[in-house]
Amino acid sequence: MKALCWQGKHKITYETVPDPKIEEPRDAIIKVSSCAICGSDLHLFDGFMPGMEVGDILGHEFMGEVMEVGSENKKLKVGDRVVVPFTIICGACDQCKRGNFSVCERTNRNKALGDTAFGHTTAGLFGYSHITGGYPGGQAEYVRVPYADVGPVKIPDGLTDEQVLFLGDIFPTGWQAAAYCEIESTDTVAVWGAGPVGQFCVRSAIIMGAKQVVIIDNVPERLTMAAAAGAIVINFDDDSVLDRLNELTQGKGPEKCIDAVGLEAHATGSLDSIYDRAKQAVMLESDRPHVLREMMYVCRPAGILSIPGVYGGLIDKIPFGAAMNKGLTFRMGQTHVNRWTDDLLRRIQEGQIDPSFVITHTAGLERGPELYETFRDKKDSCIKVVLKP
Amino acid sequence: MQNTLTYKVARGLGWFSVALGTVEVIAPGAINRLVGAREGHAFIRAFGFREIAAGGGILALSNPTPWLWARVAGDAIDLAALVLAWDSRNPRRGNTTAAIFAVAGVTALDFLCARALGAQVEERQRPRRDYSDRAGLAGTAETMRASAASGFKTVSQGTNVRNKNVAKITR
Repeated sequence: MKALCWQGKHKITYETVPDPKIEEPRDAIIKVSSCAICGSDLHLFDGFMPGMEVGDILGHEFMGEVMEVGSENKKLKVGDRVVVPFTIICGACDQCKRGNFSVCERTNRNKALGDTAFGHTTAGLFGYSHITGGYPGGQAEYVRVPYADVGPVKIPDGLTDEQVLFLGDIFPTGWQAAAYCEIESTDTVAVWGAGPVGQFCVRSAIIMGAKQVVIIDNVPERLTMAAAAGAIVINFDDDSVLDRLNELTQGKGPEKCIDAVGLEAHATGSLDSIYDRAKQAVMLESDRPHVLREMMYVCRPAGILSIPGVYGGLIDKIPFGAAMNKGLTFRMGQTHVNRWTDDLLRRIQEGQIDPSFVITHTAGLERGPELYETFRDKKDSCIKVVLKP
Repeated sequence: MQNTLTYKVARGLGWFSVALGTVEVIAPGAINRLVGAREGHAFIRAFGFREIAAGGGILALSNPTPWLWARVAGDAIDLAALVLAWDSRNPRRGNTTAAIFAVAGVTALDFLCARALGAQVEERQRPRRDYSDRAGLAGTAETMRASAASGFKTVSQGTNVRNKNVAKITR
């Protein structure tokens, strides 16, 4: 079969690789009909996430048709159309029983690596380094889905791939980020980053009833897309983020702040950004936490910081005194996708939201390598790429 | 932008700036001797710190254009200093002449790079596609908020959804 394979920093190739096979009785083999390039794939592309090996198949946002099921898999049958969450879950461990699916205790088959990197292992993830299991990803013609009797979400007839594909990652990620904010009708929610996850954060916060939602970025077409849903725009190239947020909140700051940027925050000319770049260049810091610092500083006392943006390692010069003294609450983590999928699927069916709004580029899988660059460099107004194997 | 030749040239200029600045700070006397000047170690050191700052700025920022223009301004100061040193009493006038040509060449490169990179940034910041019709929601923000206010979604409902899903999924 054909797949997109990681060959090193900034090098992804379209390769012929062996077809996947059923390995465990709960497995399923999925023929991928649509897959997407996620912002967090760019952290792999740019070489910021450790644990990748040459030839690894990328992709953790995908859906398709069930081609084969293992002997103990009673949930799926051949021909079912499913979206596969990017977190692999067993459904039986202590964490899964609590709904903390992204920290499933059993699905990371490289548990020792996970324990070493994070203290305790997190769930296995598709196509996302050997620290999270080294599972082949979904930017391929076929995928082996482990524990396929609990994770995959069956899709009813009448919905297109484009409407439901993002149930596997970015839609529940944006939704969870907003849910973690415990939004009230008087809240101002500030969202840093108008990429795909930021776009879903904006719409989720609006659906949850926030008084005003503010989006912060410097890419005009992304700001325009967020404004289309009703967000107030701050272009950090033109305005001071702190001044504008204080203006919009009568000097009190937003109650809820969402970091939809993560470890590759682009320098804005501020001193801390230059500091991060310099430290990262000499490998004294792995992540660039400009957004975190800004959120901790501007957030209203007793507010909530929600962090769906991915961080990978060590950060520096965090104003923790401000966070402690203001009594801020931090909520973060990879998405517990299956917590939210039924509810979000219902909302799509009812027409409350159509996630296909975010797709700007659709192409065959063979064009994946070039579209990674297009997405990374935001060329051609690219916001979200969908690939068709 | 980060894969363009212009950006790579800019980073090269950044490293060059840091290297030259470091030499100027550590060994201002050697620079002076090279161009035949007898005094002004403090000036050379100051130039060195300026070079390091510009180089650091270029390497640190995703859009290094302002620091490239800072280099162009710095080049002009360097050229003025070299012209002042290019007098008949200078025993190494030939070296000074060569330095003037070298700095002029680097100035041209800095200028062209800053201009090209500025144009690329401007192009990137210009919206090329109009996404103003991509709300993705069933109604306006106001109507969606009104739906929320009427109880179609509250935080506690979200929690219930979670619990229901957990019960269904776990084995």
